[in-house]
Amino acid sequence: MSTSATDSAPQPGRTSKAGYRGTKVRRQRVRAAWLFLAPMLVALALVAGWPLLRTFYLSLTDASLSDTAGAAFIGIENYLVFDDGAWYGLLTDPVWWQSVWNTLYFSVVSVSLEVVFGIIVALLLNAEFKGRMLVRAAVLIPWAIPTIVSAKMWAWMLNDQFGIINHLLMTLGLIDAPLAWTADADLSMWAVIMVDVWKTIPFVALLVLAALQMLPKDCYEAAEVDGIHPVKVFFRVTLPLITPALLVAVIFRLLDALRVFDVIYVLTSNSTNTMTMSIYARQQLVEFQDVGYGSAASTMLFLIIALAVVIYLYLGRRQLGVDE
Amino acid sequence: MNRYQQIKLAKQIGKWALIAVIMVYAIFPFYYAVITSLKPSSELFQVDYWLSSVDFSNYAQIFAQKSFVQAIGNSILVAVSVVAIALLLGITASYALGRVRFRGRTTVMLTILGVSMFPQVAVLSGLFEVIRSLNLYNNPGGLILSYTIFTLPFTVWVLTTFMRQLPLELEEAAIMDGATPWVTITRVFLPLMWPAMATTGLLAFIAAWNEFLFALTFTLTDSQRTVPVAIALISGGSQHELPWGPIMAASVTVTVPLVILVMIFQRRIVSGLTAGAVKG
Repeated sequence: MSTSATDSAPQPGRTSKAGYRGTKVRRQRVRAAWLFLAPMLVALALVAGWPLLRTFYLSLTDASLSDTAGAAFIGIENYLVFDDGAWYGLLTDPVWWQSVWNTLYFSVVSVSLEVVFGIIVALLLNAEFKGRMLVRAAVLIPWAIPTIVSAKMWAWMLNDQFGIINHLLMTLGLIDAPLAWTADADLSMWAVIMVDVWKTIPFVALLVLAALQMLPKDCYEAAEVDGIHPVKVFFRVTLPLITPALLVAVIFRLLDALRVFDVIYVLTSNSTNTMTMSIYARQQLVEFQDVGYGSAASTMLFLIIALAVVIYLYLGRRQLGVDE
Repeated sequence: MNRYQQIKLAKQIGKWALIAVIMVYAIFPFYYAVITSLKPSSELFQVDYWLSSVDFSNYAQIFAQKSFVQAIGNSILVAVSVVAIALLLGITASYALGRVRFRGRTTVMLTILGVSMFPQVAVLSGLFEVIRSLNLYNNPGGLILSYTIFTLPFTVWVLTTFMRQLPLELEEAAIMDGATPWVTITRVFLPLMWPAMATTGLLAFIAAWNEFLFALTFTLTDSQRTVPVAIALISGGSQHELPWGPIMAASVTVTVPLVILVMIFQRRIVSGLTAGAVKG
């Protein structure tokens, strides 16, 4: 009792000195923190901040790829303009709307499939069995393969004449004639989704697995003792507990899917059946050299993704650990 | 065998069947690419599930092309430089964000997170201007600069997570000894951060090695391209004459090092990915 009293009863001189030193160290640390952040912030401003602002600005000009400096300001004409009795601009372009629809369709379908298969793979990897590490390593392989390479590999497997997929399906008697997977309007979107799902299941599975391994064991023991069916346990106990990790996986995948470019570009090139917003924007920018119009498309894509990010950050601040 | 044992056996068979299906699904495409790459061109158009003979002519053909060898060199140069820059800027920034409480920290964290979610195409035209004005168009330097946009936020984010987990006592002891923040980072934290740096460095390397959109847009000539673009642009006379043998040989060549790296650092990569995403 007496010792704690002497400890907690401060001697006047010591407190103020300690307090002074505390703030001095603190101030030094805060100054150092900003100094340390400066190079990173400058780098990000150079490669992200400034280019983004320029893209916004260029979307309001008639810039072409060869001459962006001398571009004239034309307001929102790239987006929408009424001229000679008709509306023109990005917002009236059916190909643009097709690419918006394609992007949304691709994102929703492939992310849903990835989540379902990712959970199945994660549950399996979470179970005890011999060679579990080997299976986990094998499952990681699709993730390790460059997107462009996986697109080429699948393009070869999906080849209409010599592809192994057609060969396999015909041997099994499921189809009578080879299918043109990447050229057929009805099939090409599914071909693209198939490749994307294959490549990104490992990512979702790993995130879910990490969440599964942090779950309390006693819930499951209790459920087993009570003889509750495993499927019921999964939906009542496991799924609610891994929902936060699942949400993180979904948003990461969804943002990746909304900006998808390479897998589709390599598999189906500039076909309008599978064209996404990124492919549309790049085609306008680089191939048609129309920087103003392409920037308008890029800006629209940015706004769509920014909206998704803002909603997510608002809902998920706690989970991301930025607030402490 | 009683009913209980039968059910148990069925469950075991089901589990191993599922494991087998997943293994085949994950590995088969790469396996098939390897098989294709080892076939002579005369056998390319018959479907085989196993390799009957080994023929390295596809590999000889791609390595005889100067531009492919240059592309590998460019990819190594770009990926290594990107990793070095991202780690250098990332380690100091992560100290500031992970160990120091200051006003505006949350804003900086949110900004970094926001940048990591940028669609690349949204900065394409602006970045094109920056790269051209710095005279880095059609130059690996332009790619090194532009890859910063996706490697740096990610590196900072993951390193910050690891930095936070280091014990507070270490830093207090350093402060008591009168160490400046810079000394604290280099002498106290850096030795402890190597595992985390290896993980983030590897993930940044993979990301830079695989990047396609910027590499396709910011390079013009074969000698300046990176391997993903080089592979994507291998072409034959027409769609049906694509030289699939050499394409698969090139694909396997750029993938094998990655697969080996990923297998060796498997545990680290898993922890890095989950640290980057789940814990934030």
